Amino acid sequence: MAMLEVTSLGISFGGLRAVDELSMKIEKGGLVGLIGPNGAGKTTAFNMLTGVYRPTDGGIRLDGQNLIGKKPHEICKLGVARTFQNIRLFSQLSVLDNVKTGLHNQITYSFAESMFHLGSYRKKEKQMDEKAMELLRVFDLDGVADYKAANLPYGKQRKLEIARALATNPKLLLLDEPAAGMNPNETEELMETIEIVRKRFGVTVLLIEHDMKLVSGICEYLYVLNFGRLLAEGTPKEVLSNPEVVKAYLGE
Amino acid sequence: MSFLNHLISGISLGSIYAIIALGYTMVYGIAKMLNFAHGDVIMVGGYMCFCATTYLGWPAWMGVVLAVIVCTALGVVIERLAYKPLRMAPSLAVLITAIGVSYFLQNAALLIWSSNPKTFTSVVTGEALSLFGGQMQISKVTLVAIAACLVIMVALMLFTGKSKVGTAMRAVSEDKGAAQLMGINVNTTISITFAIGSGLAAIAGVLLCSAYPTLMPTTGSLPGIKAFTAAVFGGIGSIPGAFIGGILLGIIEIFAKAYISTQLSDAIVFAVLIVVLLVKPDGLLGKHVSEKV
Amino acid sequence: MNKLKSYAASKRGRDTLLCFGIVIIAYIIVQAAIAGGGISSQIKGLLVPICAYVVMAISLNLTVGILGELSLGHAGFMSVGAFAGIVTTTCLADAIPLAPLRLAVAMVVAGLFAAIAGVIVGVPVLRLKGDYLAIVTLAFGEIIKNIVNVMYLGLDDAGLHFSLVNQNFQLGDGGKMIINGPIGVSGVTKLSTFTSGVVLILVTLFFVLNFVNSRTGRAVMAVRDNKIAADSIGISTSHYKLLAFVVSAAFAGMAGTLYAMNFSTVTAAKFDFNTSILVLVFVVLGGLGNIWGSIIAATLLTLLPELLRGLSNYRMLIYAILLIAMMLFNNSSFKVRLLEKRAMRQMEKAEKAGGKKEGA
Repeated sequence: MAMLEVTSLGISFGGLRAVDELSMKIEKGGLVGLIGPNGAGKTTAFNMLTGVYRPTDGGIRLDGQNLIGKKPHEICKLGVARTFQNIRLFSQLSVLDNVKTGLHNQITYSFAESMFHLGSYRKKEKQMDEKAMELLRVFDLDGVADYKAANLPYGKQRKLEIARALATNPKLLLLDEPAAGMNPNETEELMETIEIVRKRFGVTVLLIEHDMKLVSGICEYLYVLNFGRLLAEGTPKEVLSNPEVVKAYLGE
Repeated sequence: MSFLNHLISGISLGSIYAIIALGYTMVYGIAKMLNFAHGDVIMVGGYMCFCATTYLGWPAWMGVVLAVIVCTALGVVIERLAYKPLRMAPSLAVLITAIGVSYFLQNAALLIWSSNPKTFTSVVTGEALSLFGGQMQISKVTLVAIAACLVIMVALMLFTGKSKVGTAMRAVSEDKGAAQLMGINVNTTISITFAIGSGLAAIAGVLLCSAYPTLMPTTGSLPGIKAFTAAVFGGIGSIPGAFIGGILLGIIEIFAKAYISTQLSDAIVFAVLIVVLLVKPDGLLGKHVSEKV
Repeated sequence: MNKLKSYAASKRGRDTLLCFGIVIIAYIIVQAAIAGGGISSQIKGLLVPICAYVVMAISLNLTVGILGELSLGHAGFMSVGAFAGIVTTTCLADAIPLAPLRLAVAMVVAGLFAAIAGVIVGVPVLRLKGDYLAIVTLAFGEIIKNIVNVMYLGLDDAGLHFSLVNQNFQLGDGGKMIINGPIGVSGVTKLSTFTSGVVLILVTLFFVLNFVNSRTGRAVMAVRDNKIAADSIGISTSHYKLLAFVVSAAFAGMAGTLYAMNFSTVTAAKFDFNTSILVLVFVVLGGLGNIWGSIIAATLLTLLPELLRGLSNYRMLIYAILLIAMMLFNNSSFKVRLLEKRAMRQMEKAEKAGGKKEGA
């Protein structure tokens, strides 16, 4: 059985059908791309997968468990984490605290322990620090752990967002245009990091990307959206040679 | 018959709230700030008219004109000196500054006119309208307040909807930067908005003091808050919303006083506001803006 | 010792030490001044109110600075705490003869009542956003004031008697009215002292700083900085919003007891919209999220009208002008540029900083 099963997913905003009849199957450990032109409904699909929007119809199952109607924070607890197209960091918190916040449900202690700083407070905070630093090291961010997140340069902010998402220990990681605004060098570096992360944390990755060349480099399987509908799917090779896809991207 | 009497006085009070709320909503729409000094401009309007008629012996209409002129100028000056430098600042900074301006106006009034209440002579004279063989009395102030409120609302809707300046106002309220790029003078537009809002506050002040003739430096505070509530009630930024909110608030307040408890009337008004906002979080006629993810 | 040094070097540690340091040093100086007779009786009379306002400012900072929601009704919780405290001390007058202990118990009860009020207010209010939320907190503050204003509560051998709007109970022999409608409470036994006020500040600091520096506090700040992102990493935003709001209300309640137990008469009108605004001004001027800033702002601004007393009638006018001037300065292009430069410097440093860990 596939890890993520999306069946005939659709959503309407007023009269507008933003996504229609979207079906996807993602196997555990896969690295899958969701591509398509601007306004194709990619981010809307992510928003449905993470509970930000409630789909009008269709189903989403993660390891057989229904995700429809669950709140975003509940879906996260079930093992789906994400990043955002327009970076959403906790801008006033330090880089380290951003990741520690991601560990919120991984390393826990009670409200009373929060208020009194007694019991397992010290031990758990130390665990959090260590775990968070380990994640920051993966993304080469350990040197800026004490910086305010808002003061990081753009590329590092994107990486921090991925580190924070990974801190929630997800089975499925959704990356919304992780390379947006990066130069070619940074992009290549990021793609390598994603590859490393996937192997090291055993996480399944679904990523939205604009740049076809880029996704075809690392993704094993692609879904192409256009006008909210699935235009094509298959290996990068199959998809790139599909005339429909070429037409959607280049116009007629 | 007492029901109808209460209804009329509710609409009368509501009309005054609505005039203040209209000014509030205009200013909020464009400056996106809770202008807590608005209520104190009402008070200044009241004192201006009072001084003109009582000390200088001017006729009532000249007192009203003086109040409108002074308050309009005051509104523009306040905006230029206190709010304009903060246009890029966080909204909380502007809020506190507005509170500072409110303290300033109240204490300046306290120094000039002392805390002793002044008895305001109504600007509207003449016999009350008697209906149903004297069972129902409608005072002239009530009629003038209702008429003024209706005229002002229609005028404002036409002005913002049809005139060039009104269009500029809507543009600035939507997006200051884009409006500027379109060649709209943002500063002038904001000044005009404050001028209109404060001018309306002056009219409301005169009517308020005519209907409830005690004038003190703190006279404007509570009506200011209530009118703000009315604006939120109707959906802040919406002109018909401010009108409906004001009228409803006035009616609820008078009915609560008449049928439930005078002391709890404010609590009831605020409780209704809370219920309305829980059902319609953007007020009765407010636009819903959701965050894009 | 080394541990302490590294703690003091971290920003978090520095802020904590600064907060406690300010309070303790101020306490010692004031006590010395009182012993030396260097403090006027007017200022002496302000000591307990200052402590109460400091606690109010710290607790409101939790809502406005840490949670990031504007509250215009904080005095409502102070009111609940004030009257709950008065009733508790009156009821326990015989049971606990020791005054400081009675005050402490009253504060705990007051905190509980204010927390309950916080839940009642917070559940509906926190569903709203921005200015709508602000106006509803204002509305709740006024509602609380109005209800307390028509409350009648008396104590006799049969226990507590309670009614709203009109007093519709008769007290037995030796019975005593505690809350008497709009007249409020009179003949309060003054239990609050400067020392008890400082102890309350220290207790508040201990809990509020612990709260902020914990996973709970981080979750609350995450919700403040980006609600959608907080949701996406598994934080129940409504839960943490309410939690911060209720903790904030509880401490406001304790401040209410401290404040009320300093005056012989207390009325509901004291805890009105203007008091809420006053405390908000402390928080904004002290800096959002800056706890020691709140302490200093609350102290100085409570003292300011007293220090300006020589200017007699003009003092409140000058207070208003100072307030406007401070806000204008705080947001002047000069200061904004200074802050931007600092951020730019850190950004440049971050650009260069590699993966290597700096120091320990």
